[in-house]
Amino acid sequence: MTDLAAFRHETREWLEANCPAEMRQPVRSEKDVCWGGRRAVYQPGQKEWMDAMAARGWTVPDWPTEYGGGGLSPAQAKILKEEMAAIGARNPLSSFGISMLGPALLKYGTEAQKLEHLPRIARGEIRWCQGYSEPNAGSDLAGLATSAEDAGDHYVVNGQKVWTSYADKADWIFCLVRTSKESKQGGISFVLFDMESEGVSTRPILLISGYSPFCETFFDDVKVPKANRIHDENKGWDVAKYLLGHEREMISGMGLGQSTGGNPLVEGAIATIGLDESGRLADPMLRAAIAEFDVRARAFAAMSERFIDELKAGRAHPAQPSMMKYAGTELNKQRHELVMAAGGSDALEWESEGSGGGAKARAWLRTKANSIEGGTSEIQLGIIAKRILELPS
Amino acid sequence: MPLYLNDEQAMLRDTAAEFVTEHAPVRHLRALRDADDQTGFSRDLWRQFAEMGFTGILVPEDQGGLGLGHVEAGVVMEAIGRNLSPSPFLSTAVAAVEALKGTAHAARWFRGIAGGETVAALAIDEGAKHTGRVVMAAERSGNGFKLSGTKRSVQHGHVADLILVAAQTGEGVTLFAVEAGAAGLTADPRRLADSSLASELVFDGVEVDADAVIGEVGGGQAVLDRLLAAGRTGASAELLGVGGGAMDMTVDYLKQRKQFGQPIGSFQALQHRAAHLYSEMEIARAAVLKAQQLLDAGDPRAGEATMVAKAMTGLATTLSVQEGIQMHGGIGMTDDYDIGFYMKRARVLAELFGDAGHHADALARASGY
Repeated sequence: MTDLAAFRHETREWLEANCPAEMRQPVRSEKDVCWGGRRAVYQPGQKEWMDAMAARGWTVPDWPTEYGGGGLSPAQAKILKEEMAAIGARNPLSSFGISMLGPALLKYGTEAQKLEHLPRIARGEIRWCQGYSEPNAGSDLAGLATSAEDAGDHYVVNGQKVWTSYADKADWIFCLVRTSKESKQGGISFVLFDMESEGVSTRPILLISGYSPFCETFFDDVKVPKANRIHDENKGWDVAKYLLGHEREMISGMGLGQSTGGNPLVEGAIATIGLDESGRLADPMLRAAIAEFDVRARAFAAMSERFIDELKAGRAHPAQPSMMKYAGTELNKQRHELVMAAGGSDALEWESEGSGGGAKARAWLRTKANSIEGGTSEIQLGIIAKRILELPS
Repeated sequence: MPLYLNDEQAMLRDTAAEFVTEHAPVRHLRALRDADDQTGFSRDLWRQFAEMGFTGILVPEDQGGLGLGHVEAGVVMEAIGRNLSPSPFLSTAVAAVEALKGTAHAARWFRGIAGGETVAALAIDEGAKHTGRVVMAAERSGNGFKLSGTKRSVQHGHVADLILVAAQTGEGVTLFAVEAGAAGLTADPRRLADSSLASELVFDGVEVDADAVIGEVGGGQAVLDRLLAAGRTGASAELLGVGGGAMDMTVDYLKQRKQFGQPIGSFQALQHRAAHLYSEMEIARAAVLKAQQLLDAGDPRAGEATMVAKAMTGLATTLSVQEGIQMHGGIGMTDDYDIGFYMKRARVLAELFGDAGHHADALARASGY
């Protein structure tokens, strides 16, 4: 048996023995996603699963072991993912710490910063949020105004952030602040601080979905030790750009929809519309729309696989995450339009128990943010045009 | 296996791209068309393809080929597509080779194909749209069969040395290898929009021996499925080349053409459409490589991946050639300029072996709706 075959065998056995039955169900709603953190409320099986995976470093399989990772090679990480998919295992931990801050710390953090934060991210102990956008700095992110004044060994931070995802549930924030007004992009620094620091307040924003995943967050003379600055002063834009690439990569995964539990779109359509005598969905126009969507979704799944393979081999174009983000989020919006069309009046229910508290309608409305957050589709298309196709400014 | 070309495959891609671009660029197609060429391709070029080893890519090594797979055949197909090179590569070196592989016919035909002497044609469609339906009859006659009926859209059908024919025997679909010049077989070649030639083949009681059967009598559907999987994957790779070639021409044009005192590629409306097109083409490319790798691995998921590849390249390349002409503006409508050739070839390839709608429908049925 080759090493990889042996690894696959061991992984399969371990997952079989350690993945709780509750964690092999498809993710049905936000409650099913495990985010960890100091204030987490766990569902049955969630914490056991997260802890078991974290103990092997498999919440972050490709991070180095000294930072709480699994130290797996790209081929091993792929096998782990495949074996998890084979038993329908849920992601043990969803975390902005893993998908965004972690890669930036690995690249730009000091050894002390890595050792302080990465293992706690890997174990799901600290839930992170991101302080990027401001009321007057959305797509023009570098126009941010939140200031960090030099006060010797610390900064004094004042200003307002908006669209801070889950700020009301997060323990720490990674935040872009202005340390100089002399240059737009060259006056930004990247800092980390505890959300319980004095002077931090946050308030959820009610969205069209009826949920409040985003908050507005205020900083009033917040003291942030300089030791919490990642990379050099006024060089935070480099970190931000690097991190945005990872955010886009994460959001692009939405185009894949749920990776377990069959094809909910098709199952939903069959349940409401039914099949005709020849076994075809009894609404030919909707069937055609779903079929073309199915082609695109499967082709995008192949693209995602290729993108991940290329990233791991260091072969991906640095602007390729923009393409994945654009295509993945547009696809996800289209998927939810079809879910609504297939569901008909059933999918319109907003509160009933049978509709899961309006899960379909609320998810549909939530997806409209996909092509806005993390840089709008138009921003991504501009990046592809300029950086990949090299079209003139 | 990672979903990108390995070093050997990338080297072959570069070799193929360089060779085809040098020996059969778009002006080669234009010259054949302007000369009203009646063969539809250059026999000399076909022999050069053989010298490069291309024609025997899928032929096993012990039968005179390179013994490589669909990923490798695909990189040649893409180079052909990008240069719009008229060639029997798809019907002969890809689809026919795959159908004959492992049968008694391999010994008879593979050396000729690998040597660039033999051209094969596929007589599988009977209507204007590819449906997979076979009505043409093969009746038992003596120790063989008598074929009667009409096949349509047979590329290279009027010049092929070998014609693969699907027909109904009492036992089911049977695939036959019919040699050129068989009595009762007539070809009526018609010029298509892309200036290639496709024939209506009339079989008027064409007699063939029992050994003309490829595989088993009544077992032709499996052979046909193999032929079609290879053909569809190859056609998808060629479509990638056509769509990619058109996109590159268009992007170059956006950088050069000036209006209102600036390059039109600086206009956001065009930048965003070009970026969307790039995204569609990259997704199609991944879908094609996925299908090729699964086919080479003999994976049962190859069937659906092939449907996805043919449908997705159909959609993406159609967008590419349409945006190509629109963004070129008036010059894109002229015969002198090459972009129109890309649109014509894309249309022909989109129909070949079933269009995007055909494959989306097949995927839906395979998925139970």
